[in-house]
Amino acid sequence: MSNYVEMWKELGMDLETHDALCQVLPTAFGDMYLSQENRPEGMGFWDFVVSEIHGIRPSELIEAQKNGQKVFGTFCVYVPDEVVLAANGIVTGLCGGSQFWVPGGEKVLPKSTCPLIKASVGARLERTCPFFRIADMYVGETTCDGKKKAWEILGQDVPMHIMDMPQMKRPQDIEKWADEIKIFAKVVEDFTGNAITPEKLSEGIHVINERRKALKRVYDARKSKNIPISGKDALLMMQIAFFDDPVRCAEMANKLADELEQRNKDNVSVFPAGTKRILVTGTPMAIPNWKLHHLIETSGAAVVCEETCTGTRYFENLVDETKTTLEEQYAAIADRYMGINCACFTPNSGRVDDILRLAKEYDVDGVIDVNLKFCCLYDTEGYTVEKAMKDAGIPVLGIETDYTDEDAEQLRTRIEAFVEMLG
Amino acid sequence: MNYIGIDIGSTCAKLAVLNEQKETVLKLVQPTGWSSVDTAEEIRKKLQDENIDPEREACVATGYGRIAVPYADKMITEITCHAKGAVWLHDCDNVVVIDIGGQDTKVIRIENGMVKDFVMNDKCSAGTGRFLEVMANSLALRPDEMCDLAASGGGTSISSMCTVFAESEVISLIGRGEKKENIAFAVVDSIATKVASQAGRFNVGKEEVCLTGGLCECDYIRRTLEEKLHSRVVSSPEGRFAGAYGAALSAMRVRK
Repeated sequence: MSNYVEMWKELGMDLETHDALCQVLPTAFGDMYLSQENRPEGMGFWDFVVSEIHGIRPSELIEAQKNGQKVFGTFCVYVPDEVVLAANGIVTGLCGGSQFWVPGGEKVLPKSTCPLIKASVGARLERTCPFFRIADMYVGETTCDGKKKAWEILGQDVPMHIMDMPQMKRPQDIEKWADEIKIFAKVVEDFTGNAITPEKLSEGIHVINERRKALKRVYDARKSKNIPISGKDALLMMQIAFFDDPVRCAEMANKLADELEQRNKDNVSVFPAGTKRILVTGTPMAIPNWKLHHLIETSGAAVVCEETCTGTRYFENLVDETKTTLEEQYAAIADRYMGINCACFTPNSGRVDDILRLAKEYDVDGVIDVNLKFCCLYDTEGYTVEKAMKDAGIPVLGIETDYTDEDAEQLRTRIEAFVEMLG
Repeated sequence: MNYIGIDIGSTCAKLAVLNEQKETVLKLVQPTGWSSVDTAEEIRKKLQDENIDPEREACVATGYGRIAVPYADKMITEITCHAKGAVWLHDCDNVVVIDIGGQDTKVIRIENGMVKDFVMNDKCSAGTGRFLEVMANSLALRPDEMCDLAASGGGTSISSMCTVFAESEVISLIGRGEKKENIAFAVVDSIATKVASQAGRFNVGKEEVCLTGGLCECDYIRRTLEEKLHSRVVSSPEGRFAGAYGAALSAMRVRK
């Protein structure tokens, strides 16, 4: 990483501890990523972002702040980026994906909290991530119990706005979500000092839709019989999409998609013919959580799709761009977001339908349903998912894991056995 | 051509060699010890003593130490190998296999001779051979002695699933003057309950269950499992070698 020490110092970071993180990341990335063969050239951009992960984007954000823009840190794919964009704000995803931050989180949270929440709280309180330092306001949501209580702790350290997520998807719930979006818009307007107009919101909606389309193009290319990109590489693009500039992200994803579409024409595959195709479903994999993908892709299989928040849930469905009044636009935004199926809703049968559909579209040999340890929602829903897959004759393996490496070899045995089972 | 199967488990390493007629040419079991690499070398010497050259014959390694066998032509997981071995030993194509191993317990559903589904215990050692071994140690018994003794005990239970906490429980039972057979009963009961709950996901009921792994030699464990699962549990005197046989059978498909 280039020299960003001054910037980190100004952000009030714990430099000594942060150095330790900066030292392990390149090795992990080299082992897991750079060792892959025949990677698409279009991965160069995403590799570069990782190599400068705590430098390049943070310095852009700080520059924007100097020009009067506000940065909003978010933790969930239900928080509508378009509203922030409409007020000339910037969104950056803040989910922690490394064990490095977990002990810091455990100082204030129960051990039986999911690693994503522990890492996110740890990254803030231990002052070891620039993004957590830069964000002017955090936006939380009431998706799960762990997060709800964590917001109360984070809220003591940083300005927070919490969006009240419905737990069901009845018409009155979707209406309520449109209301929540309106309330959020007011908060964003007040915080940025910029009024949200229908024109501005329309622009915001368009920018985010374009990013969705670009990311989806990369995913669509993964449906091909050859496998033009590894699951690990696609995951990396998704992880970076959460904090990169949305316009540049779309441009780079489109560039990657161009290359993958060409690879499909030329029948180029990054895995040998006959490699088993896996659909990963379940909990999000925040950067740098590459554990499961790496295990799968070094056990004789390839990940061809992710039904996760760091996968299809992030870009599926578009917001209707034809609306012209704020009222209609907020309703259209609410509709789009309530079309995503997270385990925090009940009932959530739409998610099972999604998985069955994706399994078919991506022509998968098996499904690996993964939940982060102590994620009660996805763990419990795992029963329904597994049952639905078995009923449909799709082999499925349920896995629970966290950010540590201590279970890696046991997981490898199970994944290898699963791949052997696929024949 | 001979077909060599090597199953390096966390506690014991098992070897089975089959000839073209699927007759056992050689089998042996030895403690894995602290180094799987050394164990694999010892097995190589034992094979050479019997004039079997593992470099020239087809060889498949399985078990957690499968990566430590440099002369193996192929590595296959213990789940696939145990399934194959159990199907062969019991001559039964539709069956649930329960393998109580040293550090993990596997429940494998087999349909038409193929693995259809499986579960393995997670990080915890409850319901494994290691759990039994630790408890037997604190009673100053060998595991097989403890299992035999358990048959004449009753009336006590241990509730901890954690091996360390369960050991404290056993020690306090000893301190209280509880009879050894009653404590042994409680230990076996704890393992069988844990294994049965793991198998519960598969709705084991009508199917026959094959018990493999080191503990299958203990008839009392087999009977206790039968009670908990409400289904017939069978074992073979060679059940300990199920993984090694499965590996040897898989070696028949290796091209040399």
